[in-house]
Amino acid sequence: MKTLKNKVVKIHIFLLFSILTTTLLSCEKDNFAPPSLTLSGKLVYKGEPLQVEYNQVPFQIYQYGFGKIGPISQVFAPEGTYSSLLFAGDYKLTVSNATVPFRWPQTVAGKPDSLTINLTSDKTMDIEVIPYFMVRDSKIVSASGNVSSSFKVEKIINDANAKSISKVVLFINKTQFVSNTDNIGSTSLNGNDIVNINNINLAVKIPTLVPVQNYIFARVGVQIAGLNSWVFSPVQKLNL
Amino acid sequence: MKKYISILLITLVMGVGGCSKDSEFLDISPTSILNTQQAFSDPAQVLSILADLYTRQLDFTSFNNGWTSFVDFGESFPSDGGAYGSVQNNTWNYDSWRTWDYAYIRDLNLFIRRDSASTALSSTDKTRFMAEARFLRANYYFEMTKRMGGVPLILEPLLYDFNGDPSYLRKPRAKESEMYDFVISEAEAIKNLLPANLIDRSRASRAAALAMEARAALYAGSIAKYGANTAVVKTTGDEVGIPASKANAYYQIALKAAQEIIGGTAGGYSLYKNKPDLSENFANLFLDKEANNKESIFIEDYKVKTAKVHAFTTNNQPFSSGEESANGDAGRINPSLNFVQTFEKLNNTYAPIATQDASGNPIYYDNQTDIFAGRDARLAGTVILPGTSFKGQQVDIWAGYKLVDGKVITNQDASKLTALPGTSSPVQVLGKDGPYNGNANRTQSGFYIRKYLDPTPGAGSRGTNSSTAFIRYRYAEVLLNAAEAAFELGQTAMSADLINQVRARAGLIIPLKTSEITFDKIVHERRVELAFEGHFLYDMKRWRLAHIIWDGTKLSSDELVSNIGKSTKRNTQPFGLWPYKYYNPSSPNNGKWVYDVVLPNLVTGARNFQFGNYYTSIDNNVIAANPKLVQNPNQ
Repeated sequence: MKTLKNKVVKIHIFLLFSILTTTLLSCEKDNFAPPSLTLSGKLVYKGEPLQVEYNQVPFQIYQYGFGKIGPISQVFAPEGTYSSLLFAGDYKLTVSNATVPFRWPQTVAGKPDSLTINLTSDKTMDIEVIPYFMVRDSKIVSASGNVSSSFKVEKIINDANAKSISKVVLFINKTQFVSNTDNIGSTSLNGNDIVNINNINLAVKIPTLVPVQNYIFARVGVQIAGLNSWVFSPVQKLNL
Repeated sequence: MKKYISILLITLVMGVGGCSKDSEFLDISPTSILNTQQAFSDPAQVLSILADLYTRQLDFTSFNNGWTSFVDFGESFPSDGGAYGSVQNNTWNYDSWRTWDYAYIRDLNLFIRRDSASTALSSTDKTRFMAEARFLRANYYFEMTKRMGGVPLILEPLLYDFNGDPSYLRKPRAKESEMYDFVISEAEAIKNLLPANLIDRSRASRAAALAMEARAALYAGSIAKYGANTAVVKTTGDEVGIPASKANAYYQIALKAAQEIIGGTAGGYSLYKNKPDLSENFANLFLDKEANNKESIFIEDYKVKTAKVHAFTTNNQPFSSGEESANGDAGRINPSLNFVQTFEKLNNTYAPIATQDASGNPIYYDNQTDIFAGRDARLAGTVILPGTSFKGQQVDIWAGYKLVDGKVITNQDASKLTALPGTSSPVQVLGKDGPYNGNANRTQSGFYIRKYLDPTPGAGSRGTNSSTAFIRYRYAEVLLNAAEAAFELGQTAMSADLINQVRARAGLIIPLKTSEITFDKIVHERRVELAFEGHFLYDMKRWRLAHIIWDGTKLSSDELVSNIGKSTKRNTQPFGLWPYKYYNPSSPNNGKWVYDVVLPNLVTGARNFQFGNYYTSIDNNVIAANPKLVQNPNQ
């Protein structure tokens, strides 16, 4: 009986010892601090945030000086915002996708240009871009089972790079993700059928909401021909 | 004394043994590995090396890649608990369909070099082996180009000299047009070195090289022509995108290569017409591996009782007659109504599968198959329709009883009996083969796939599996390639003649007039003839239709049944067609069949093909290792 007890004590001592050793040996050298600096901001045109499609407008951040080079790929949020948690250092930010709804500056060689960012502390940096179109003065209201909207479309780029409107659409959805792929109802008008881009009216019937909810989200968007990308009005929450 | 003797002996042995030179002593040829010279000394030995290279060929859909490589794109529904992604995700990742197998390219290059260096082989053998390896290399580069655009064109085994700086081995991407030019010139160079009229269709033949050439040239021509519609899908170095001015030259090459096969100089190939029933004939084309199947040109072959078998039948056969249904293997690929309704009526017109009459009342059918009557024979040859049979057993596809007020009596478990209103004896209220939303391994669209399903006893069991071949190139595709090239070159009379041959075999015996040959007709014909053979995605890509038909917009049932046969018709979600037994004892229609167009409720996504999906992204690690590579556009 006594020997068994001794054994148990021995095992306990052994366990304690192992834990102690493990704790002592796991020194901080191999435990790197996680990235802690926030780089954030939004896409703006003359100070006004650009509303884009969820998961469809990507950008890349590069950091040089560590051998292997590869992008940190991210996307802008539907409200045009972005946010990255990074280490301190020098970065370059670029947009290499040619189908984004704005003109990204090109180098002389025709490659996408980049922004140099020196990150030493948390940084908020808005990115000024020139969109092909902006949705202006959007008024969206709900009444008797319908959502109706009136808005203007302003064509910003009018030079050789100008694009035409593929269609304008009013989307509604149960969540704040409102776009071509995320919607429960929409009404569209083809670009060729727009009579006056300064006065566009679209209405859509609200389908039965399952489960029932007493609010709905809506926004209007412009799809750009040849790029298939979108600019939107801000998302509006409508109480039913 | 004994001790001394053994010590002496040991010393003696060591002394004698230690006399040989160090180099001889250490240089012992292995007994289990053949060196290059030995390996390339015997034709049977070389063929076994080549067999490995044959098996490493890559196809888009293939039995090796599993049943999931046949689904997606709105053409089918995946009835499997773990694979609903293709109907629930909207976008495809930019790395979808990626391939970058330069280890395979290297092995092919090494094979070509070693084969030509061999002294022990006869020159006949050497030439044929070399031509086969060059065919495989060109075919793989073609496959890479379809997915990635231009890639580094490596035609020699690269050797590192261990000088500490491997950067001299970095090669840039070739232009997309250079890739197609390479495939075309290789095919021209090897076509006369390969045997014509080859019985063994699993090895490269003259017709295989020409079929590859025709397909590649057609792809290049259409990318050149229709790439003009997608100006953003290109790179400044033309790694992606072909100038429109090259289109006609490529179409001419495609037509010429296809005509060489059609003319018979590569061997006597013809459409498969070995069964009197046209649908059965079409299904049998994919099962028949005998020499009298003169349609198949190049196949990936399988053999039972070897390791090279496949589980396509096990995975996809109807649930009620499947050997492994109780173990969770059956009924996975369910063709969609989108696809089924595309098959033309025998008078060459498009029509939705009629569930309602003109005034919106349901149509009552006496027999389950009546609703599909009078259509292209390929429909029943490609799809198991409700009321038809597989392995001699009729499939049991119906979603329940429909009452006069439209209410449906059904039960998720087909073996649970339920009494109908006004009766007391419980009856079966769901087909054993489905459809019921969420019942995996049974159809959820109302259809099963028939193409490639092997009715041989045991072919659907895990222990035996199937040995049907996957046809990579077949004569009907050659005819359609030629028809498309002729159409694009303005030779519509020739195009009509070629396309009518394929259609007549499917029972569409009223020939299309020259005026009826349109781009939409060519798109349609390839979709129904070559369904589930790995062509659909690439066809939509090369015609630059992919971003139009998969635009991320949900499909309504009204939209589904309109504009059938139009090449730009949206195809973002797979619909189903569910049969019901009509229950109304007082009506003459009691017991007849009615049908509903349904969107299976697991279909929650709508496919959205982005411009960045036209060419699969190159892995960032690969670009980091070789900065000469440029990434594909719009990602």
